[in-house]
Amino acid sequence: MKFGAEIKNHKLELHNFRLRIALSAAFVLFAFFLLSARLFYLQVMQHEHYQTLAENNRISIVPIVPNRGLILDRNGVALAHNYSAFTLEITPSKVKDLNETINGLAGIIEITPRDRKRFKKLLEESKNFETLPIRSRLSEVEVAKFAVNRYRFPGVEIKARLFRHYPHMETFSHVVGHIGRINDRDVERLEEAELLANYRGTDHIGKQGLEQSYEKQLHGITGFEQVETDAGGRAVRTLSRMPPTSGDTLYLSIDSKLQEIAVKAFGKFRGSLVAIEPKSGEVLAFVSQPGFDPNLFVDGIDSVNWDTYNNSLDKPLNNRALRGQYPPGSTFKPFMALAGLELGKRTPSYSISDPGFFTLPGNSHRYRDWKAGGHGTVDLHKSIVISCDTYYYGLAVDLGIDNITKFMSHFGFGRKSGIDIEGEQIGVLPSQAWKMKRFKQKWYTGDTVSVGIGQGYNLATPLQLAVATAALANNGQLMRPRLVHSIHDSKTGQTRVLAPETRDGWPLKPENLERVTAAMVDVTRPGGTASRASAGAEYSIAGKTGTAQVVGMKQGQKYVESQVAERHRDHALFIAFAPADKPRIAIAVLVENGGHGGSIAAPIARTVMDYYLLGKVPKEPLAPDAAEEPEHD
Amino acid sequence: MIRRLFTRLFMHLDGYLLFALSLLMLFGLIVLYSAAGEDFHFVTRQMTNLSVALSVMWLVANIPPQHLARLGLPVYVIGLLLLLGVALFGEISHGARRWLHIGVTTIQPSEVMKIAVPLMLAWYFDRRAATLRFKDFVIAAILLAVPVAFILKQPDLGTSLLVTAAGFYVLFLGGLSWRVLVGLAVAGAASLTLLWSMQHDYQRQRVLTLLDPTQDPLGTGYHIIQSTIAMGSGGIFGKGWLHGTQAHLEFLPERHTDFILAVLAEEFGLFGGLILLAIYLLVIGRGLVIAANAPTLFGRLFAGSIVLTFFTYAFVNIGMVSGILPVVGVPLPLMSYGGTSAVTLLFGMGALMSIQTHRKLVQT
Repeated sequence: MKFGAEIKNHKLELHNFRLRIALSAAFVLFAFFLLSARLFYLQVMQHEHYQTLAENNRISIVPIVPNRGLILDRNGVALAHNYSAFTLEITPSKVKDLNETINGLAGIIEITPRDRKRFKKLLEESKNFETLPIRSRLSEVEVAKFAVNRYRFPGVEIKARLFRHYPHMETFSHVVGHIGRINDRDVERLEEAELLANYRGTDHIGKQGLEQSYEKQLHGITGFEQVETDAGGRAVRTLSRMPPTSGDTLYLSIDSKLQEIAVKAFGKFRGSLVAIEPKSGEVLAFVSQPGFDPNLFVDGIDSVNWDTYNNSLDKPLNNRALRGQYPPGSTFKPFMALAGLELGKRTPSYSISDPGFFTLPGNSHRYRDWKAGGHGTVDLHKSIVISCDTYYYGLAVDLGIDNITKFMSHFGFGRKSGIDIEGEQIGVLPSQAWKMKRFKQKWYTGDTVSVGIGQGYNLATPLQLAVATAALANNGQLMRPRLVHSIHDSKTGQTRVLAPETRDGWPLKPENLERVTAAMVDVTRPGGTASRASAGAEYSIAGKTGTAQVVGMKQGQKYVESQVAERHRDHALFIAFAPADKPRIAIAVLVENGGHGGSIAAPIARTVMDYYLLGKVPKEPLAPDAAEEPEHD
Repeated sequence: MIRRLFTRLFMHLDGYLLFALSLLMLFGLIVLYSAAGEDFHFVTRQMTNLSVALSVMWLVANIPPQHLARLGLPVYVIGLLLLLGVALFGEISHGARRWLHIGVTTIQPSEVMKIAVPLMLAWYFDRRAATLRFKDFVIAAILLAVPVAFILKQPDLGTSLLVTAAGFYVLFLGGLSWRVLVGLAVAGAASLTLLWSMQHDYQRQRVLTLLDPTQDPLGTGYHIIQSTIAMGSGGIFGKGWLHGTQAHLEFLPERHTDFILAVLAEEFGLFGGLILLAIYLLVIGRGLVIAANAPTLFGRLFAGSIVLTFFTYAFVNIGMVSGILPVVGVPLPLMSYGGTSAVTLLFGMGALMSIQTHRKLVQT
């Protein structure tokens, strides 16, 4: 049969047409039945489901950002607090011409080039729909000026926000750290930790220091407000409110006054000081000089300030106490002496005749003492008081690197102290395994020799030195250093004191400890390397000076301080605890390019101890000691 | 005298159709007032649109069908040229090239094709009535395919669907053999896969989100999710006129145009939705009767195509808004705000009335 056969019969054709019309009508009815069924399903069977959805649609949850917890010193002095202020914020996506808008705003409110630069940087880092501050801390006059001109600036608004402020500026920058705007990496981390929901509405997060490590406690719990809104998110009215829980308040073990005195004591010098209460491991002062102004980082630092900090030779952003790694130098000697006594390699009466250098059997290489010609007969006590190198070269070889590594690690060398801020460096406690891993070389006895006087591969942070000194002052019991003393829970109103945490120390035999302590006390007495700094102290100080080489000296070359460029001068070190018989404070001081431990580092420690133990406030800033001391270290 | 003028005015209008259409437009204006946020501005503008459209309807109703038929070829050719013009010089808006500047105004030639294609095909079939062969169906299919291809390319899925439907209804009512129809169905299913690969990303996304609107609740699925929420929350009797929360809190996008049904269903419930379907059935039923009784093949085919296209509008829009068909941008006939579709639709209604009221004059 042919397709589309000829239609000859008009009636047949009409009949066929009407049949198809009827079929179409049937289809229409069927289709409308389908639609009715769908409407019935949606509006009758699923009515409740959609009713709920519609309610949810109207009700949106608006986060209420909690107040960030305060950071106070042990006496309740604020180190980080919040204040409320107005900011001028721009939503870039709602603004047609950003430059024109900012220029227009500058006509009524002062906007500095620095503000513009900072805004530009924020713009690059942010998503378009976020609102970004162009100016913060508006005065009431400025708020009023903008309010009048508001209609001219769609996409620009005034917001009342809480600001973080660090009243002590540089003094606590390396302890308290700072907060900063949440970036993509923070979001990722929060998402992984399933904390992102608690950060709805929050712009800032702890970036460094305690602000970072206690972020969880400081942030608080975000509250919520149920508001009826339209699809644009504009609130029509509030339905219910669940108030936020403020972050917890941190009480530090640090005394802000002590910290200030310590910072001042450094004068223009760079360096670090860490003071610890030996029994508890509580940190009393934590200085890294120079510091920086953490307030600049809160809303994103502008490029001018950033460059100033970042390019400064003084490296103010570097947390020296936590991350600066220096050879411990002669401050290593008391620990070496203890290792000799504890491991039975030395007796107190054992003495050497010091020719001014040390040689290994079958090798002509001379390991020089700092004093040409030597110190004559040297026993353990004298070796510490006059800081004899030759004594420790021999001791190190007799102990062997494995014993040294094992013993020193019980004093916290070569591992993290576990302090409650992040980013700690572990320094280097050399060992056979370490050298193999680092240099793919086996250990030579020659390597051991210089380890004995805290040089060679040895590196430690000022924090590690302080922790080790505190352990010494605590009968060898190593404690975990901690900056936070207690946490005040804003919800329950209770204050929880953090219990001291012990770590695997080396319980020292009392007679051994007494020997070494006695020698360290003599270091600070006439004839010792730190006698001047300790003169007239009303308490006994057990200390040890040290010098860390910045530039290596060739064999036979003599280090003459006046001939060395300032930044190539040796670092000055001093460790101490006091009172020697009942230690209440242990200190490590490092002064970069300070030269002598006794003349530069020890006076700083003395100032801090005087205040802590006697409440003595220094009358005038400590002037660098110009007089050359007869002793080296 | 006045009485005569009155009769003269209304003599070519169909009472049933006029009644049903009036109900529809009135209902539409009531819902529009609510959908537009109780703004009379939209209502008055829509009233102007409808007045223009009604004038067109009256005019067309007064043109005898045989004259209308003669318009088939020229309108089709002009329409095709305009489509070519769009493809070459058209204005791009929202990622589609649909509009053409002609002097002072912009026109959308694809809209013209909704009338031109069935008019042309009905005229062609009528001319070949005595010797209608398979060949004629092939030619008709090509006449249909060319403009559809242009419109698809713009791209405008909704209009190409409606033009295809209008043309197909002529072929179907014209007696396209069942074998071919079955064959077409099979081929259609096969070409669907081919078509899929040729789709624009946004068109594919529309289909995908139809299958699972929750996939992209703030993006492409947003329309469907919001419209089903509005409808579902309306319940049996609705939330009452002007009390639709979804509509008034601005959750519903395009609520005065393509998605106006959601407002209707939210505020008037299932009850209101069924009333709307009933009015549409009235229009379609009357239209089918007119088609069945049309004296000429042209009248039958053109009337049949117009009324079934009208049905297609309603079905696709309601199916889309209630979430059983993809979002293709077809307005709810005579309810959605907009002048273009009203003119096109009432042009068709005018043609139906013309075919009905000029019956006796040509009956042999």
